[in-house]
Amino acid sequence: MRRTAGLLALAAVPTAVLAVFFLLPVWGMVERGLWPDGSFDPGAMVEVIGRERTLRVVWFTLWTSTVSTVVAVVLGLPAAYVLHRLDLPLRSAVRAALLVPFVLPTVVVGIAIRELVAESGPLGFLGIDGSPVAILVGLVFFNVAVVIRTVGTAWESLDRRPAEAAAGLGASPFHVLRTVTFPALRPAIVSAAAVVFLFCATGFGVVLLLGGTRYSSVETEIYLLTTGAITGTVEYQAAAALSLVQLAAVVALLAVAARLRAVPDPTVRRARSAPARPRRQDVPALVATGLVLLAVAAPVVTLVVGSLRQDGAWTLAHYRALQGSGEDAGASGMDGGLLRVSVAEALTNSLRIAVDATWMALLLGLLVAVVVTRRTRGRTEARVRSAFDGLFMLPLGVSAVTLGFGFLITLDDPPLDLRSSPVLVPVAQALVALPLVVRVLVPVLQGIDDRQRQAAASLGAGPLRAALTVDVPVLWRPLLAAAGFAFAVSLGEFGATSFIVRAQVPTLPVVIYRLIGSPGALNYGTAMAASVVLAAATALVILVVERLRVPGVGVF
Amino acid sequence: MLSVERLTVRFGPHPAVDRVDLRVDDGHVLAVLGPSGSGKSSLLRAVAGLEPLAGGRVRWDDHDLAGVPTHRRGFALMFQDGQLFDHLTVARNVGYALRLGLDRLDRQGRAASRRRVDELLDLVGLAGYGERLPRTLSGGERQRVALARSLAAEPRLLLLDEPLSALDAELRVRLGADLRRILTEAGTTALLVTHDQEEAFAVADRLAVMREGSVVQHGTTEEVWARPADAATALFLGYARILEGDAARAVLAAADRPPAPAIAVRRSALAARRADPLEADPRGLTATVRAVRATPDEVRLVVDADGVGEVDAVGAPGWLPAPGDRVVLRVDPARLAVLPPTATA
Repeated sequence: MRRTAGLLALAAVPTAVLAVFFLLPVWGMVERGLWPDGSFDPGAMVEVIGRERTLRVVWFTLWTSTVSTVVAVVLGLPAAYVLHRLDLPLRSAVRAALLVPFVLPTVVVGIAIRELVAESGPLGFLGIDGSPVAILVGLVFFNVAVVIRTVGTAWESLDRRPAEAAAGLGASPFHVLRTVTFPALRPAIVSAAAVVFLFCATGFGVVLLLGGTRYSSVETEIYLLTTGAITGTVEYQAAAALSLVQLAAVVALLAVAARLRAVPDPTVRRARSAPARPRRQDVPALVATGLVLLAVAAPVVTLVVGSLRQDGAWTLAHYRALQGSGEDAGASGMDGGLLRVSVAEALTNSLRIAVDATWMALLLGLLVAVVVTRRTRGRTEARVRSAFDGLFMLPLGVSAVTLGFGFLITLDDPPLDLRSSPVLVPVAQALVALPLVVRVLVPVLQGIDDRQRQAAASLGAGPLRAALTVDVPVLWRPLLAAAGFAFAVSLGEFGATSFIVRAQVPTLPVVIYRLIGSPGALNYGTAMAASVVLAAATALVILVVERLRVPGVGVF
Repeated sequence: MLSVERLTVRFGPHPAVDRVDLRVDDGHVLAVLGPSGSGKSSLLRAVAGLEPLAGGRVRWDDHDLAGVPTHRRGFALMFQDGQLFDHLTVARNVGYALRLGLDRLDRQGRAASRRRVDELLDLVGLAGYGERLPRTLSGGERQRVALARSLAAEPRLLLLDEPLSALDAELRVRLGADLRRILTEAGTTALLVTHDQEEAFAVADRLAVMREGSVVQHGTTEEVWARPADAATALFLGYARILEGDAARAVLAAADRPPAPAIAVRRSALAARRADPLEADPRGLTATVRAVRATPDEVRLVVDADGVGEVDAVGAPGWLPAPGDRVVLRVDPARLAVLPPTATA
């Protein structure tokens, strides 16, 4: 009984936070969609879904996500092999660098891809600027790292000997790959593909920046509807309807992925095998990896170069412009600038908000992880726990845009008027980062043998002392790593933030989006410089995290 | 016939296998016996083509196998823990090699393959296990499946990496005998590496002892067992103690053997019986009991033998001496080995 009470107490804070900042907004959305004028009227929603533009948007989301997922998996597999299985110089440095695109702020990726494929850019001759292909390139750039990491980690710990046994029986390398290695990797590949599909389908910044109003996914369409960018009037009800469609689709996708991941025999023998020296048959994989690395580096390099050039000469002018507040053709802002604050100030805002979001996400994530992983005694407790488990996994199924939109429509009028509250943005970002934090911490806590705590207790340690002896030494690195991830995610968060940010306290991604959307070469250049700064900050955090060497970080 | 000439494998600056020469004649089973870290597994992997050579050659008959990938060598590998393909049934595991290259077996081929799988399962004593999944088998059954799977490939050479080590003692003895019988009946040429001398003696007819990357002794199992090349080899082969100088001379004298500077004695080389105080000059050595431990088969003693020092001995079952008792030791010359003089330096 006392244990159950303790469990409930631990779970109280996250549950309350989740109720106010997740369930309430989502419910607000459902209400907007199904009770548009106070009375139940699903017809309006059906009308929105039946619109020709809606169908086009849904179809666009589906096919771009599918194609990007397939391309990312195909490109990622050889690189996963090479970077996790072969003994190459700079291997760990390359692996660390590959984590960066995944955490790069979406607006930065958008801008970098745009710079790459623009008519004046290195790939301008392809003529894909402003076409869906550019969006595909952006989505793949983002997600190939996810495939490499998820599949690579599984591949790395795959026992080499079944494959060797097969070779001893006379199977050619290709046959071994087909009959032994791929069956063992299937769960990792399916899980990577599902996550990539999810990321593609809910990808916001990249699609918004590269597609504008012409090509929009469900995510960006929700945003565009709420800003009135499509018809000139704000269409909350249509946005709510789309959000509900999105919510249902994502939950369905997660369920399907869970089913697909299940294999007849999920236990895979883990044996860390030393990386092998590359052989002749590895050449195709090596070449493919080189190309992937080149393709991943190209947008970043283009962005950096672009930020340093003006009118064909090298210059730091764009970086100096970070002190200013942008150039406004109409001069309607304060001090004649486009923005209310300088870009540098926006960076400070971003960092401050990220710190707040990080501690919130860590606190919530830690509580959730502890509640979910404590050993169960008795059926009541098991039921309570599995209810929590489901509850805290809910945010996984909701995109940042849906969350931001939910905040926008529920938390800005009484009884909860938080619109002007400075906590709103960090809370939203913390919720976006929460699943990531939980996913880093849960496996670590699960990995601690409960008998260790029992041993400590039998030696006279109280619960706190036992935790200090057993849990903390194992947990502090993953906790730091999770903090790094939460910080990076918060720095780059754009989807939710764009709905609820206050104009006088903008974050850097919001400012970048604003700068790009405004005319003027200096604005564009300043946006690039700001992107480089933001990317560098994120990359720095992530490289520090990578040095902590927490197994499974960034694996989904 | 497998011949290995001056084979060297390196990890970093130190050679794991250092200029090893070996030969396995057709139909023979050679065991490479060595403690962990002796390089025996690297040797096996090099022969299989899984580890690049830093020097030397691996040849089959007269063909140099350099550049021949594992799957074209015809050397099947059997691992300590079987390494069955967990996602395939037992029958599909065993039939793996039979289905290779024949992705669409015709009906006849498929029937033949099924018959062969049944035969092999029968051979290893697992008839009717075909549809089980490897995870549902016990350790011994898994090893039997692994053996059947290797034999299905009809390998020119079977490479066995500690095939029995993961099993418990009783099973090890039984499967070891089976393994020996199956290999002999099929006339399979095999190379076995192990750290367990029992496993080596149970399965192999020839033995190579490996230490720190080099082969220190080779010969038939009987030869190696009877005449270990040096003290370390003797201890590794299960000899209990090394005696030198006067001690060695005293024991040899009691066994009516010419003196030698060093000998290795097995525990069972010295059989103790109660000393009869009336016996004036007993044949053999006299000793005082220091420690006693009874096992189901024998009574193990540590005794202080006069003129020899502390040695191990066995007593007859049913007789339990106490520490301090005087005993007489009879020396069994067949259970001690004279070490070559160079090895004791």
